[in-house]
Amino acid sequence: MADTLAGAAHGGADTVPEFPMPRAARCPFDPPPALKELQEKGPLTKVRLWDGSEPWLVTRYAEQRQLLGDPRVSADTDRPGYPTKASPEAGEGKLSFIMMDDPEHARLRRMVTAPFAIRRIEALRPAVQRIVDGLIDDMLAGPAPVDLVEAFALPLPSLVICELLGVPYDDHEVFQGNTKTMVHRDATPEQRGAASREIAAYLAALVGKRLADPRDDLLSSIAERITAGEIDHREATEMALLMLVAGHETTANMIALGTAALLQHPDQLALLRESDDPKFVASAVDELLRYLNITHLGRRRAVTEDIEIAGQVIKAGEGVIMVNEIANRDPEVFEDPDRLDLTRDARRHIAFSFGVHQCLGQPLARMELQVVYGTLYRRIPTLRLACALEDVKFKHDAFIYGVHELPVTW
Amino acid sequence: MKVELEADKCVASGQCVVAAMEVFDQDDDGIAILLTDEVGPELVDGVQEAAAVCPAAAIRLVRP
Repeated sequence: MADTLAGAAHGGADTVPEFPMPRAARCPFDPPPALKELQEKGPLTKVRLWDGSEPWLVTRYAEQRQLLGDPRVSADTDRPGYPTKASPEAGEGKLSFIMMDDPEHARLRRMVTAPFAIRRIEALRPAVQRIVDGLIDDMLAGPAPVDLVEAFALPLPSLVICELLGVPYDDHEVFQGNTKTMVHRDATPEQRGAASREIAAYLAALVGKRLADPRDDLLSSIAERITAGEIDHREATEMALLMLVAGHETTANMIALGTAALLQHPDQLALLRESDDPKFVASAVDELLRYLNITHLGRRRAVTEDIEIAGQVIKAGEGVIMVNEIANRDPEVFEDPDRLDLTRDARRHIAFSFGVHQCLGQPLARMELQVVYGTLYRRIPTLRLACALEDVKFKHDAFIYGVHELPVTW
Repeated sequence: MKVELEADKCVASGQCVVAAMEVFDQDDDGIAILLTDEVGPELVDGVQEAAAVCPAAAIRLVRP
């Protein structure tokens, strides 16, 4: 009888939970409580997606790392069983090599790895520092309160990607306007398409210029691959567009969401404000990445051969979802995982994923966040929310988690 | 102790360089290279960290 009642409360005999699950309204920085419960029960469980399909959800760190590093686990969205994200995104086509498997994935990816080498990224640090300082100068000179997303979190990665790609400063306005439309939730598919085509046309023309007159930037190194006969002009443009789209919304949300979280943890914020140790700031960035996990819908894959893991067999043709936000809160790996502790060693988090598809832009993202977290709160020590936390609109519905806007004052 | 690197697996994350700059570097394409394949005890922690964070599992520390 008790079983029947409990079953009825969850929709009859149906015990497969739906994914994604809602977060607790009062804990916007924590994973959904239902995910936590599933993790406590075991490393693998079936979930139901919007389209009725039932892929495996992998909840623990060890199993996620193992599967993300397994060549029998495919990132190809056309494979049988691949768990599709949501209906509005279906049919948008493939985003270059991130939706391919090796060896084609590796061949294309290696064409754009050079600018993300650690020393190349370090060489960009002074330019990023100048951009951050300039945006803060503008904020301090303007009216308060201000929306931190609009004034700081979004412009920064946009300006930095311009620097990296080699987009002329004079073209920033066109470039930013269109990227803003592309990632805006209220934009219609037509508006997004038009913005995307306009940037693609712009990037295609710029690739053409770099073909004729190469410089020390990413567009030039992509253009070299055309000259070498490895890709055509269209593929080069798609690659440039991927670099832009992938690096944009992610870093912007980490800046704004990270600030929102730090303002709720004044003791931790004080550690950042008072430290001038780059090693501490770098470590704090990793802890914020571990704690916040803006890629909250998980890494999705299709299994191409039977895989035995954690006492289960995942069959060929089944889908798997690795949700990093719960893996990064795995108590087997991170002690007291739900506590934001900037002094802990969080380097092994998988916020950037793991395996051959791990985020290519992570050295850039880390460096940008180090400059931001190491500068913003020192320059504006009285920074605070200009509304109640309950009134901040979190991106529960978006592909990348974060805040739609963050009103702040000082 | 000996360090082994399977460079053909490398995905150029550069995380080994961050973990142990004395042992790892990157070539022009960001692919990891070994600066030395013999490390003393003072570098073991860094190499272990590099092996743990390497997304391609391309690094191994071999004890004698």
